[in-house]
Amino acid sequence: MKLNDILNHTSEWLKGEGPNSNIVISSRIRLARNLDKLPFPNWANKKQSEEVLKKVEGAIAGVDYLKKTTVFRLEDLDSVDKQFLVERHLMSHEHAQKADSKAVAVDEEEVISIMINEEDHIRMQVMQSGFNLFEAWSIINKIDDLLAKELPFAFSADLGYLTACPTNTGTAMRGSVMLHLPALVMTRQIDRVLAAISKLSFTTRGLYGEGTQATGNFFQVSNQVSLGLSEDNIIENLNGLIRQIIEQEGQAREVMLSRNRSLLEDRINRAFGILKSAHIISSQETTELLSMVRMGYDLGIIKELDHRRINELFIITQPAHLQKLENKKLSVQERDVKRAEIIRSRLKI
Amino acid sequence: MLCDVCGKNTATVHLTEIIDEQMNELHLCEECARQKSTQMESQFGLSDLLAGLADFEKPAKKLETVSLKCENCGLTYNEFKKIGRLGCGECYSAFKKYLVPLLKKIHGSGQHLGTSPVRGTKILRKKIDLTTLRNNLKKAIETEAFEEAAKIRDQIKELENKHSQNDDEVKKDEA
Repeated sequence: MKLNDILNHTSEWLKGEGPNSNIVISSRIRLARNLDKLPFPNWANKKQSEEVLKKVEGAIAGVDYLKKTTVFRLEDLDSVDKQFLVERHLMSHEHAQKADSKAVAVDEEEVISIMINEEDHIRMQVMQSGFNLFEAWSIINKIDDLLAKELPFAFSADLGYLTACPTNTGTAMRGSVMLHLPALVMTRQIDRVLAAISKLSFTTRGLYGEGTQATGNFFQVSNQVSLGLSEDNIIENLNGLIRQIIEQEGQAREVMLSRNRSLLEDRINRAFGILKSAHIISSQETTELLSMVRMGYDLGIIKELDHRRINELFIITQPAHLQKLENKKLSVQERDVKRAEIIRSRLKI
Repeated sequence: MLCDVCGKNTATVHLTEIIDEQMNELHLCEECARQKSTQMESQFGLSDLLAGLADFEKPAKKLETVSLKCENCGLTYNEFKKIGRLGCGECYSAFKKYLVPLLKKIHGSGQHLGTSPVRGTKILRKKIDLTTLRNNLKKAIETEAFEEAAKIRDQIKELENKHSQNDDEVKKDEA
């Protein structure tokens, strides 16, 4: 598989299928693993990092279940390619910073991604469309078992999997659910919800993980605690919390629809109108307007679209995607024009 | 007094910043103050926060922590405090005395209860299936779907039997 093959393909998590896909975009489980005795990436020298890279690449190649994954060494990718993988959530922003002895393995469906030499030697993730943490867990647990047969992981019976940062020690697992919560934002209940989430030791982040702002009403909720609970317990707790948030968002949508229907229809249709007719549009404005359109579709106010088309627009209008589609570097101004053009053509009925 | 940032709301938060020995006074409304504080949090990185937590642990025993070093990778405890990241898996044993209290502070526990590499996972995964089945059984009984309930009950029995066989095998292996 070549990197460009990914461009013309819809990632599994963007399909807009799966349970509760009106509110939940995707579910993701990430596990961190390190090789026994070898220094963690930040503390390793070049030779040790190369050794880790080769060992992990070899292990991936030796696992039949992972035969549809392709390993991309970061030194072979240019900055647009790297940003492209970040935009598709196949690797972290941090991983894209320095290319030294780093790689990312991605499968054809973009369900599995394995980062090598990020903060830990191995950071593997499995993404699913909709509210589907248990399915993501069962897939990643299998991959973890298979890799553990090939590689000696740094593990202690008392402290679990040993990671570079003590905030990940133990299960070294992070479960995250990406939620679209426009009604809780519009009815000003979101601060209360976010406060409750953090009180329960879960964290909220923006669309692109750590340190990013929540734009377009998208929130990523994940567990903070990784030690002292089993993976199942962590997932069950997260699952229960997400279920409640989904319910509250659903109620907020119904309340808005029954009390302020015309106002809501106005905002949604205006957003749709701008997207269909704008000739210059920024990435931020696109995300905000698409958020309205997505809710409009969910509430039956906009009928001519579907989740998949809306989700795809979120991704292909990102800077690196636009440049990959055009196959050349574009300035910010050029991107804003190109973005508007793509949106107009995709929304033409 | 109006807020220095938005100029709209009344300033209720008064902040004194000292940057390069220059004193700056800022008068902010509650909303702008909240934004400012999130900015500060993002600058004030995780490593500082961890270092703070670790320092808080044993202020009296400075001398001992100065000489503490991981023999496997060479990272000293002081370096860990500075960068907030460990050097290798062995650091966990080398710094155990100080790390376990830190882990307890972060996670509320110092005991791993999750899967272990390869073998343990299989046993734990049966546990999920059992929990799901038991929940389904409860639901089936609540909705008076008794035929369904009987089926689920048999599945649970079967799984429990396998489970105990597995445990026996593990014990045999260990013995």
